[in-house]
Amino acid sequence: MKKGKPNPKANRNILLFTYGIVGLFLFMCVYFGYFIQVQSEEVINNPYNSARLNRFEERIIRGKILADDGTVLAETLVDEDGSETRTYHYGDLYAHVLGYSSVGKTGVESLANYYLLSSHTNPMAKVLKQLADEKSVGDNVVTTLNTDLQAVASEALGDRKGAVIALEPETGKILAMVSKPAFDPNQINEQWESLINGDNAEALLLNRATQGLYPPGSTFKIVTALQYMREHSGTYNEYQFDCDGIYEFENFKIQCYHQNAHGTEDFKTAFANSCNGSFSSLGQEMDLDGLKSLSEQFLFNQEQPLSLPYNKSEYTMEEGAPEWEIAQTVIGQGNTLMTPMHNLMLVSSIANGGMLMKPYVIERVENTDGELVKKFMPEQYGELMNANEAKALKELLELVVTEGTGSALRTDAYTAAGKTGSAEFEKEKETHAWFVGYAPAEQPQIAVCVLVEEGGSGGQAAAPIARKLFDEYLIP
Amino acid sequence: MTNLVVEISRYLIILLIAIYTYYNFRFFSMNEEEDRNFACGRQLVCMFMLHFLAYLVIVLNTKSEALMLFYGVQVLFFVCYIFLTRIFYKRVSRLLLNNVCMLLCTGFIILTRLNPERAMRQFVIVAISAVVTWIIPFIIDRVWQLVKIPWLYGILGILILAVVCVIGNTSYGAQLSLTIRGISIQPSEFVKISFVFFVATMFYRSTQFGHVVITTMVAAAHVLILVLSRDLGSALIYFVTYLMMLFVATSNWFYLGCGVLSGAGASVVAYKLFAHVRRRVEAWRDPWADIDDQGYQVTQGLFAMGTGGWFGMGLYQGVPEKIPVVENDFVFAAISEELGAIYAICILLICVGCFVQFMMIAMKMQAMFYKLIAFGLGTMYITQVFLTVGGVLKFIPSTGVTLPFISYGGSSILATFVLFNIIQGLYILKRGEEEENEKR
Repeated sequence: MKKGKPNPKANRNILLFTYGIVGLFLFMCVYFGYFIQVQSEEVINNPYNSARLNRFEERIIRGKILADDGTVLAETLVDEDGSETRTYHYGDLYAHVLGYSSVGKTGVESLANYYLLSSHTNPMAKVLKQLADEKSVGDNVVTTLNTDLQAVASEALGDRKGAVIALEPETGKILAMVSKPAFDPNQINEQWESLINGDNAEALLLNRATQGLYPPGSTFKIVTALQYMREHSGTYNEYQFDCDGIYEFENFKIQCYHQNAHGTEDFKTAFANSCNGSFSSLGQEMDLDGLKSLSEQFLFNQEQPLSLPYNKSEYTMEEGAPEWEIAQTVIGQGNTLMTPMHNLMLVSSIANGGMLMKPYVIERVENTDGELVKKFMPEQYGELMNANEAKALKELLELVVTEGTGSALRTDAYTAAGKTGSAEFEKEKETHAWFVGYAPAEQPQIAVCVLVEEGGSGGQAAAPIARKLFDEYLIP
Repeated sequence: MTNLVVEISRYLIILLIAIYTYYNFRFFSMNEEEDRNFACGRQLVCMFMLHFLAYLVIVLNTKSEALMLFYGVQVLFFVCYIFLTRIFYKRVSRLLLNNVCMLLCTGFIILTRLNPERAMRQFVIVAISAVVTWIIPFIIDRVWQLVKIPWLYGILGILILAVVCVIGNTSYGAQLSLTIRGISIQPSEFVKISFVFFVATMFYRSTQFGHVVITTMVAAAHVLILVLSRDLGSALIYFVTYLMMLFVATSNWFYLGCGVLSGAGASVVAYKLFAHVRRRVEAWRDPWADIDDQGYQVTQGLFAMGTGGWFGMGLYQGVPEKIPVVENDFVFAAISEELGAIYAICILLICVGCFVQFMMIAMKMQAMFYKLIAFGLGTMYITQVFLTVGGVLKFIPSTGVTLPFISYGGSSILATFVLFNIIQGLYILKRGEEEENEKR
């Protein structure tokens, strides 16, 4: 065969290409190594990966879940014959936040599944145990939960249905999370069938704190008030309204709670008194597109920065809505629905100068000897409003306690701030009682959201529960 | 006791593949024939030990006598294949032969773990392919008329691809295969080789501008038909191969620049035009957003590799069957999950080692035709490896191509055998020349 024309450059180009490809593959190997070494831990701790993580259970005894003070909330006890029982020492008290791990996984049991099933003890000992076919003990997960607050919250809510949540506005640490009615995670296997087939109204498995959707009632006036202040910046203090308990539109009426006549009010007192007539009337001239976009900025219709399972809050009113719908929506009735956790995030971002910290419940991971494996730091979600707006809202929320519906929180020990709500959801039934707030007003250390289903007025049913949490947390 | 064996094997297998891979690259810096033979011998020892340990674990886990027998047949095959090849072709590249066996061996192990029935079918295909492609080095060495029939390669390739495009079976949204008498074949695997031959013969004749234009048009026709068949992975492989062959044949940076630009332009158009391209890109950018559907395969792959970690879960300790099409496109993830990321990286390096050898052969060949054949086939091979592994690692969007010699699939196996044996033929040819020169 004849030889082709020699092309001296061809070999150089082949060599260049070869170097390029080898470089590309080395880079890909480094990328892969980085994934395995650094990223994989976070990636694989995912409920969608449960099939693989469950295989770890064959090698690892599930670690403990601890409260922030080291109290053991959940641990796996091993019998002499090697059979394991997941034991929750406080029964139903932490049911929803800790979750369960045997029939699927929820709560912290799901969030921390990977950590509970990894062992960071001496690697040599681990290999030896593997060779001997013995199980290692998984790492312990320390939560942000405060045992005293959790107990007080549960006791204060009593037998009523609802949710009580507390978090630290500056960091987003979840301090307490109670949802009632609850289930006993120790009995989850035995009761599973009746839990999933049981009475819908009871919905024992539902975490009302993050998944329960309720009309926000007057707590929504926080959003309406901010929109009004945005539209009338500088002049909103000139607002005046005469309230005789019932405000009449052309075809319908809006009542204040129990038809209380509030008399002559300015903007701040209307907010403090939670005057429905006043808000319904000022809502009529409001820029509804602006209200909708503010709501969405406040995470209505949006994904929320929560790792626990949650439901999205809903806000539907559009520009051009009828007078009646406007009157209802601006006072938190209408079609709007939100979860207690969402409401708590709103108020804690106000407490934190507009910056929302991502709520989190896992504080750190320790090995069985108590050495730190991984620590979780507070993370900013973003500013829901600017600092001036947060300051203006704080002023309003303080007035609610000092002069308005939040009288249950008046005390010399600290100054609280917040907003009550009494949300109608069905005719002929008592309203849902809401309270969202924080304390101390000057330097907020704790934000609380209380929702009592069919509890009546927010000021009378919900605010006293918040008071108990504040007292417990702030009074030494 | 079983546990002890299984756990120790897990680490030994990784050690063995690491030693094997080490020799694969050490080989290039050896000059003495004796050293090289020694290195290749060591490689075989590693391979057979690894093969034994892996099947020991498989048999301990499954307690299956059939699989024990299957192992025996495999050993027989490897011994015969290596031994007979070396007897028949004295000048064969032992390193390349070893790599073929190592990759096949890994394929058998992981397929047996995933689906023993398919592993056995794969084995039959491998055995047949090995026998059928046996003759190829002989042909390459003696039949120089191969260079005379460019249009046969070109027209045949286009015709076959067009037929598949029109009447092919659809799988995962692409027309890939034809079913003839119950046997499903993927013709694009074979057209890859005729394509390289076509381009090589054309450029061997002339690299004048007019000639380049004609060649480019025929090559573009191949690529376009593949795009119409929605086989974008293959289209990309053909495109890259053509572009690089054009560059090496002409040494013209302008052509290369135009090619890269038009490739980039075509990608943008494809992204805008095809919903399935957008879905793949979305699933790559943020697979977590649609974890239930589009992102499912990629995320399951990441879970598999991440959970396996550096040393793997051990055979039968993971759940690779959770990954969709794990035996084909995502076999790399299964290897990484159960045999470990180190093992998977070694496989990647062995593939790169094969590629480097292809390129060395290309540089040694004096005839432009042979140079382009070796270079084109090497480019085709490594592009395919890059697309499949890169897709699994979420390094690039997943394109749905197979990992040569490891993934399940008859056409891919046979075509890869053809490809490697053509390269072997060139190597044998070159060594023959060198030995003759020395005699003179």
